Amino acid sequence: MLNSSLSELSAALAAKRVSSVELTRQFLARIRSLNGKLNAFITVDEEHSLGQALVADQRRAGKGHAEAGPLTGIPIAHKDIFCTKGLRTTCGSRMLAGYTSPYDAHVIERFDAAGAVQLGKTNMDEFAMGSSNETSHFGPVRNPWDATRVPGGSSGGSATAVAARMAPAATGTDTGGSIRQPAALTGVSGLKPTYGVVSRYGMIAFASSLDQGGPIGKSAADLALLMNAMAGFDARDSTSLEREPEDYARHLNLDLQGLRIGLPKEFFAEGVDAEVLARVRDAVKWFESQGAKTVEIALPNTGLAVPVYYVLAPAEASSNLSRFDGVRYGHRAKDYADLNDLYRRTRAEGFGTEVKRRILIGTYVLSHGYYDAYYLKAQKVRRLIAKDFADAFARCDLIMGPTSPSTAFALGAKADDPVQMYLNDIFTIPAPLAGLPGLSIPCGFDGKGLPVGLQLMGNYFAEAKMLGAAHRYQQATDWHLRAPTETPL
Amino acid sequence: MSLTPDQLERIALLARIEVGPEELSGVTERLNRVLGLIDQLQALDTRGIEPMSHPLDAHLTPPPRLRADEATETDRREAYQKAAPAVSQGLYLVPKVIE
Repeated sequence: MLNSSLSELSAALAAKRVSSVELTRQFLARIRSLNGKLNAFITVDEEHSLGQALVADQRRAGKGHAEAGPLTGIPIAHKDIFCTKGLRTTCGSRMLAGYTSPYDAHVIERFDAAGAVQLGKTNMDEFAMGSSNETSHFGPVRNPWDATRVPGGSSGGSATAVAARMAPAATGTDTGGSIRQPAALTGVSGLKPTYGVVSRYGMIAFASSLDQGGPIGKSAADLALLMNAMAGFDARDSTSLEREPEDYARHLNLDLQGLRIGLPKEFFAEGVDAEVLARVRDAVKWFESQGAKTVEIALPNTGLAVPVYYVLAPAEASSNLSRFDGVRYGHRAKDYADLNDLYRRTRAEGFGTEVKRRILIGTYVLSHGYYDAYYLKAQKVRRLIAKDFADAFARCDLIMGPTSPSTAFALGAKADDPVQMYLNDIFTIPAPLAGLPGLSIPCGFDGKGLPVGLQLMGNYFAEAKMLGAAHRYQQATDWHLRAPTETPL
Repeated sequence: MSLTPDQLERIALLARIEVGPEELSGVTERLNRVLGLIDQLQALDTRGIEPMSHPLDAHLTPPPRLRADEATETDRREAYQKAAPAVSQGLYLVPKVIE
């Protein structure tokens, strides 16, 4: 059961070959045995999960308020950035270490309505700021393929939970790569949807013009099922798009004949690990063997995406995180002289180094005299990056390249140099700057046995087509079925 | 562009984050590395380009939704204040600000 796809689990539940309670127990046992080593979960409440599983079983038996759906009874892990009424929500921060939300995020409501079981809250970089899961107040997550390495971030706990088969699927969020990069580094599949497709309500804000929730799973077919539950209009998020509901599984048997695949030369350049490039090229060759055509394209401003991001994301973060002031929720310092002192000490104690660094950068680039030179300048280059994509999609249907320039790096290797850490996201930052969807799927291993991720980027709302292309590849390969060596099934 | 420790103290004050004297030079040094990265933007000529604040192009963005001017929320003060560090009689407590 641990290695089954969501549709296999769904069929087993429907045929009463297994109950949700039994299934949930299996995954809870797996978490109990592996979490000490991997630290993928911050909060697990077995009683809460099993209670939901029991309700799901009743629903499957026709005794519920609503009919059972494909996800009814399936346990799903949630990134600890999504507010949950029943479980504490920490966002990986000391600031919220004792916080329980009075409401559920829209994504949580959706999965609850589908009858899915909340399996627990997964570890993450603090406030989603990080690419290695090392900035978490609750300690780093370890990569299940090699526990001396990072799983990527910020959704490192969710990716690791899926990779180590501690959860059949998980939710994540992506601002500059936080779903795709950890998916790549742990050998699982992850989708960042088009901006506005998944509601941000109850998803703790980092950079609001970039943040987007999305699924992490073992396969593209699983992601399609998860998207069917997660996506949809929500009036409580002002950027949520009012669109007809779509079936994200409708193109799973996509015809690859004549599909135009754009290969951006900037993604196949110097500085990318040779083994990563070789695996990505192998995958592209497979698509060619199925009748797809490759087109060389240019995304000439790719090199500026990281600098643009490190102006805009911290600027937005400095505003969003001003709400953590020790007054309405979260940590409050013990000793203070006056109200200002209360704010300053609370935030010094409650936030970790990276979060404070980004708030300071954001405050600086928005401050008087620097706004035009930094913030407006970055917004202008952002438009150029979006235009690069628009030009590219006039010539191709999908863009492919590496998700990350390297496979998983060692814990601590980049922790002390923010710029080295930031540059790691060079290939995942461009898509969210343009609001475009991006997908990472496993496409092989390097010589050390570490997974390599293939990134697919599509035009606005091309998720179903991207998932279709990925599904066809996964029908012909078994990279996505391989479970990590450090955590045998 | 790079910051001096004095300038950083001023930014930290604006951000309401205490940076202790022993941290000041380390924080400034790492922040300046990031500013060095950001400064790469200055090399690009962006005259005549409109800033982009929303990631979707205008044709994909629906007009702002306006809801009817009706109360839609119920009073959940008690639930919301449960998470607060200090409350009394429905009020959030902070140190005295007016003598």
